[in-house]
Amino acid sequence: MNASDPAQTSTASPAGRQAATLELRDVVKLYPGQEEPAVDHLSLEVPAGEICVLVGPSGCGKTTAMRMVNRMVEITDGDILVGGQSVTDRTPYELRREIGYVIQQVGLFPHLTIADNIATVPKLLGWDRDRIAARVEELLQLVQLDPEQTRDRYPAQLSGGQRQRIGVARALATDPPLMLMDEPFGAIDPINRERLQNEFLRLQVELRKTIVFVTHDIDEAIKMGDRIAILKQGGRLAQYAEPAELLMNPADEFVKDFVGNDRALKRLALQRVRDIDLWQAPMVRKGETTASVRQKLEKADVKIPLLVDEDGCPIGWLSDRAYAGEEVKADLRSRAEPTVEMDDILRDALADLLGSELQYGVVVDEQGRATGVLSIELVGQGVHGVAPARTGADALAT
Amino acid sequence: MILPLAVVPEFVDAFRYVFVGGESVTGGLQVGGPALIPYLVNHLVLSFVSVAVAVLIAVPLGLYLGHTRRAEFLAVNITNAGRAIPPLALIGFFIAYIGVGFDAFGLVLVLLAIPPILTSTYVATTQIEPDTVDAARGMGLTEGQILRRVEFPLGLPTTFSGIRIATVAVVATATIAPFASVDTLGVPILSPNVHGPAGQLGAAVLVAILTLVISAGLGAVQQAITPRGLKTVAPERRRGLFATLRRRTQTT
Repeated sequence: MNASDPAQTSTASPAGRQAATLELRDVVKLYPGQEEPAVDHLSLEVPAGEICVLVGPSGCGKTTAMRMVNRMVEITDGDILVGGQSVTDRTPYELRREIGYVIQQVGLFPHLTIADNIATVPKLLGWDRDRIAARVEELLQLVQLDPEQTRDRYPAQLSGGQRQRIGVARALATDPPLMLMDEPFGAIDPINRERLQNEFLRLQVELRKTIVFVTHDIDEAIKMGDRIAILKQGGRLAQYAEPAELLMNPADEFVKDFVGNDRALKRLALQRVRDIDLWQAPMVRKGETTASVRQKLEKADVKIPLLVDEDGCPIGWLSDRAYAGEEVKADLRSRAEPTVEMDDILRDALADLLGSELQYGVVVDEQGRATGVLSIELVGQGVHGVAPARTGADALAT
Repeated sequence: MILPLAVVPEFVDAFRYVFVGGESVTGGLQVGGPALIPYLVNHLVLSFVSVAVAVLIAVPLGLYLGHTRRAEFLAVNITNAGRAIPPLALIGFFIAYIGVGFDAFGLVLVLLAIPPILTSTYVATTQIEPDTVDAARGMGLTEGQILRRVEFPLGLPTTFSGIRIATVAVVATATIAPFASVDTLGVPILSPNVHGPAGQLGAAVLVAILTLVISAGLGAVQQAITPRGLKTVAPERRRGLFATLRRRTQTT
């Protein structure tokens, strides 16, 4: 595999670096003076460019496992390979400079400006000033902060969400092939957490980093992970699988308990409207002949005509009276609400459907044109159907 | 503040001694006024050298102990130990075993200055958010780089407050340097038979003012060296009268 070529991870030029594979082989961490290991023979492989979430109750060793990757915690036994090369072959400092590191409390340097914070590792590596300035600008734009306004400010002047964005930008500074993130959004309020998660997933589609992401929140794990490793007390691996697999086939009682009784509902978060084979409604325009409407009705899945405007944007569901005469009149039984977007996750779409009178949702494309109809029945079939194939973070991208 | 005292006769004499000078009590010797300048210079040089040496010893040691979290008991309690030994006793000890002069008394002042600087540096280093240091280490800063680039600048204001306390103590204590044959502003105070009561009082006032001025000056320096990022505190964190007052003085 290309990404596992050791030369890849040790090149001096960090621009556009390939993601590295990560492999934990029988890793053990036994703290001196303790009888039980914190991490017990943990083995897992993370393919290049994927997000691996380590999740479990507190004290399950997930953070310890993560910190062994950049040798913040030394391995007692076993080995960890980054891009095919053992982490123990390198000095901790060199190793860490090539691995992005984001922690819950961010840990920005309060005495340095945002620009200097982001430039930490580039400066350690001796980049010249112009290159650093350009990179800082690029990174601030990447995390959706205005470089002009942000560059010269200090961490204390930013909000929690902004600080965490800077934390991510700082970790990305040298375009590292691997990133470690320890509950990066844990200290942020739910609304901003959701935004940061979505933003990060969007970023990941472009960046395609290999990421180890630690959280105690199973919902966050399902949302962020391409693969999820559930750890139980004593640092033992309970299950390592893709989210859908984990929800459908939990390996044991512990996993079942940990993912919760609402596993089926959680699966709704894994699927998107575009994964569903939608129903077709007869789409009619004002002034169309009644005969053509009746013809369309026969072929359609939904037996109510949907009135659309010239562009094909939905207006509303027609009442029976609307096509009783020669031509279609704009006599609506209800407006075409809610509309559902192709990229909405099924959980959100279902919530919209439950709120509507007809329990049908008109699915619209990016231009707002109606492309089909989603019903509660279809959502139900979707949950029981085959888990949708998820390739990397693509399926999560919005 | 001190001017109203000038109406008290003793102070009139004291001020005349400091600003004009006159003949010594024993006669034949010009004392006070311009003759005080060598004492003042000596006083300042002795104090400055002593504090500088103490800083060179205590700051790196405090940083190292704070960084490694070693010798916490020693670092914290050395101040109390230092306070428990009166400088006068130290001087007696030094004169008896090491001798007199600038170096010997300077050493006394260094020993006096080390504890507050060491403790404040240690405390400053250990009080830094552990996450900040963890992030620094996780990004690949070496231990030395963490010390120099993170712990030292972040702890600087607290460290400097220790230096300020030490300096004030040293300037005040340098007054007894004449016991070790170093002529500082303590000379008129310790030799009233030459300088008279006016000289004693005048020099005492002079040392007091000197101490206040140096303390205020170092306070300004402390403000100036506090990293800007530490002064710019988010508005929601500023509360109460104290914070309001501080904000006024910190407006940049």
